Amino acid sequence: MEINVKSSGQVTLVEMAGDIDSNTAPQAHERILPLVQPAAKILLDMSGVEYMSSAGLRMLLSMYRQVSRQNGGIVLVGLAEEIKDTMSVTGFLNFFTIRDTVDEGLKALG
Amino acid sequence: MERIDIHPTHTYGEFKLRAGRPLPFGATRVEGGINFSISSRHASSCTLVLFKKRQSEPMAEIPFPDEFRIGNVFAMVVFGLGYENIEYGFRMDGPYNPQEGHRFDPAKILLDPYAKVIGGRDLWRVQPDWNDIYQHRGRMVFDDFHWESDRPLEIPIEDMIIYEMHVRGFTRHPSSGVKHPGTFAGIREKIPYLKELGINCIELMPIFEFDEFENSRTHPATGELLLNYWGYSQVGFFAPKAGYAATGKFSMQVDELKALIQDLHNNGIEVFLDVVFNHTAEGNENGPTISFRGIDNQSYYMLTPEGYYYNFSGTGNTLNCNNPMVRNMVLDCLRYWAAEYHIDGFRFDLASILGRDPWGAPLSNPPLLENLAFDPILAKCKLIAEAWDAGGLYQVGSFPSYGRWAEWNGKYRDTVRKFLKGDMGQVGEMAQRIQGSPDLYWWRGPSASINFITAHDGFTLADLVSYNQKHNEANGENNNDGSNDNDSWNCGWEGPTDDPEINALRCRQIKNAVAFLMVSQGVPMIVMGDEIGRTQQGNNNAYCHDNELSWMDWTLLKSNADLFRFFKNCIAFRKAHAVLRNRTHLRNQDYVGSGYPDISWHGVRAWQPDWSGASRILAFMLCGAHANGGQHQDNYIYVALNMHWETHLFELPELPQRMQWHVFANTIMPPPEDIWKPGSEPWLEDQQQFLVGSRSAVILVGK
Repeated sequence: MEINVKSSGQVTLVEMAGDIDSNTAPQAHERILPLVQPAAKILLDMSGVEYMSSAGLRMLLSMYRQVSRQNGGIVLVGLAEEIKDTMSVTGFLNFFTIRDTVDEGLKALG
Repeated sequence: MERIDIHPTHTYGEFKLRAGRPLPFGATRVEGGINFSISSRHASSCTLVLFKKRQSEPMAEIPFPDEFRIGNVFAMVVFGLGYENIEYGFRMDGPYNPQEGHRFDPAKILLDPYAKVIGGRDLWRVQPDWNDIYQHRGRMVFDDFHWESDRPLEIPIEDMIIYEMHVRGFTRHPSSGVKHPGTFAGIREKIPYLKELGINCIELMPIFEFDEFENSRTHPATGELLLNYWGYSQVGFFAPKAGYAATGKFSMQVDELKALIQDLHNNGIEVFLDVVFNHTAEGNENGPTISFRGIDNQSYYMLTPEGYYYNFSGTGNTLNCNNPMVRNMVLDCLRYWAAEYHIDGFRFDLASILGRDPWGAPLSNPPLLENLAFDPILAKCKLIAEAWDAGGLYQVGSFPSYGRWAEWNGKYRDTVRKFLKGDMGQVGEMAQRIQGSPDLYWWRGPSASINFITAHDGFTLADLVSYNQKHNEANGENNNDGSNDNDSWNCGWEGPTDDPEINALRCRQIKNAVAFLMVSQGVPMIVMGDEIGRTQQGNNNAYCHDNELSWMDWTLLKSNADLFRFFKNCIAFRKAHAVLRNRTHLRNQDYVGSGYPDISWHGVRAWQPDWSGASRILAFMLCGAHANGGQHQDNYIYVALNMHWETHLFELPELPQRMQWHVFANTIMPPPEDIWKPGSEPWLEDQQQFLVGSRSAVILVGK
């Protein structure tokens, strides 16, 4: 999987591509974790992610917990329909702010 | 500081190993690896078999080194295993001597009895690869669900209204309109419906992993594929059925089920599981070897002196529940579901088997039942026994309860059905059933009685009033299966009819039945779809039908809207009146000085019940000052039941001063005057007497 990190004003934009499963989730976690500073605003652009396994969803929730603990915000954009559905059915979706596009995501974090 | 026991001490091929911990049993994530633990009293050796997910051949087989065995437990940590993408099983070696009870076969790969996720039947009704050497595959579970502040609801049992449901049948019908028909997610979408109906508990028919293809066959005449649709035959006791989850294909059934339970709890609805510990899916000596048979046949099963399988369950084998090791497994299992899934209660299928010793004799103080009753984790769970088995043990009223166990009251069902169809000689017993069966549960209280008229076994309520005989031809067993004792009455024609009088009578009988249920002391249970007149076309044993015969047809909600409204208001009425939900038995006395006994009995003349054999009439009044042992003030409630085919004029008992009778329900009236929303009951003009129609029920409220 690939991870690109950019800054857009106050917001850290993380672009992810590829499958997120138990093989790749730890490396994604390792890469994103240092970005979680106090009051960090993180936008995860998932439009390049086709599949997320159980471990992948757990990585997301773990990010959410760490961001919340530091009074930050996290928004997901570009979720594939099936991933969104899986997140909904398993209750993971309840924790996240979801937007369709990066622009809307930035607005939501603003 | 890191632990010093996280480093491997042994090597086997490319795998790093370490002696494992015997507890907990099963596969558990530990630092750097997975701890595998399995016990067998009679195995001589054990090998761990590892697969990459869904691969046909194992990726590795690792024998447990002898020094990794403690007692009868083989325990080993394997380091560096991917958690999500492996499947595991075991090979066990030991004696093959069926007469002694041993059937070890190291050629077989065996499922862990403690497997928390089981693959192999990930999608419902998708034909498995029958050549696969490992059909039901142990997988790892993520047991770190985001429960937030959820926990079991602990609704007092006397306040419960149980709705028995088949997970797939509830939303599989195309008319359900849900996104994921036939799944846990589907139920979640229907929570608003359940709330509108007013029930506060769903009891799920078996959801532990089973094989819908067990004994599957094609009906010779119809060509219909007949499956093990109900699932009363467990492959494993710790894993939810993957095929019931929309996310089963991603092995996320555990999270999906937990999300459903969490959402139900948020909406005030408890979840009970129908658990089947009396037998397994391995059948008799001709059945498949999936797990228990190959791990420790002599311990897990009740065996005859010749080494054959006792069949107290009617399905081929009997789990040896009072073997101390099996007993512990059952306890571990229920603790797991209560602690990890927040399950609120359990209904035990053929529970009398759990009270038999390893040779089949009923025990007076069965250790398993006692363990469950006093277990600290299960302490607030409701425990409900189906208090009989297929071996002839019938314990309704005498099931060893330890003050904790409730029972499916089969006598409630039988009496109410007979009374409903106008049988003579029922009035006396009916009075017991209405009071929560103090004749059966005199020291246990009315909430020991789960009152039901219909359940998954037997006719639906609509069929109970439409068929005299069962019609099970579609099961392909020449109509020989299913009970012949249905106490049903077709109201004048067998099956569907255009006759408006018969149809009106049937509708009335359904309303009468639910009215009985909701004004009886004890805990009412209804079965999925009865509230909208679901039919199985006279089939009273639809266990094998994964089709429209079994599925709930949601278009009935429109065509039978009046029935739904009647159920809804009856349920709301029960919830509104504490006097219907007493925790302790009625005393038939005035012990608060209201001038009225807590319950009084009447006939066509007030204060003069007719207990004679030919009577089909019963009326009673509940005194509101005695609600919940006199702790609450409620309205007075008068119920007149006329199961005679003629109309009768009932004299009404006089109310205390300043109270007046109001009409809540009168089943002979056409809707909307058959029932009123609780609180909006119209005042009754004639306070002295009430004309009760033929075969109908009247409920009045004094306020």
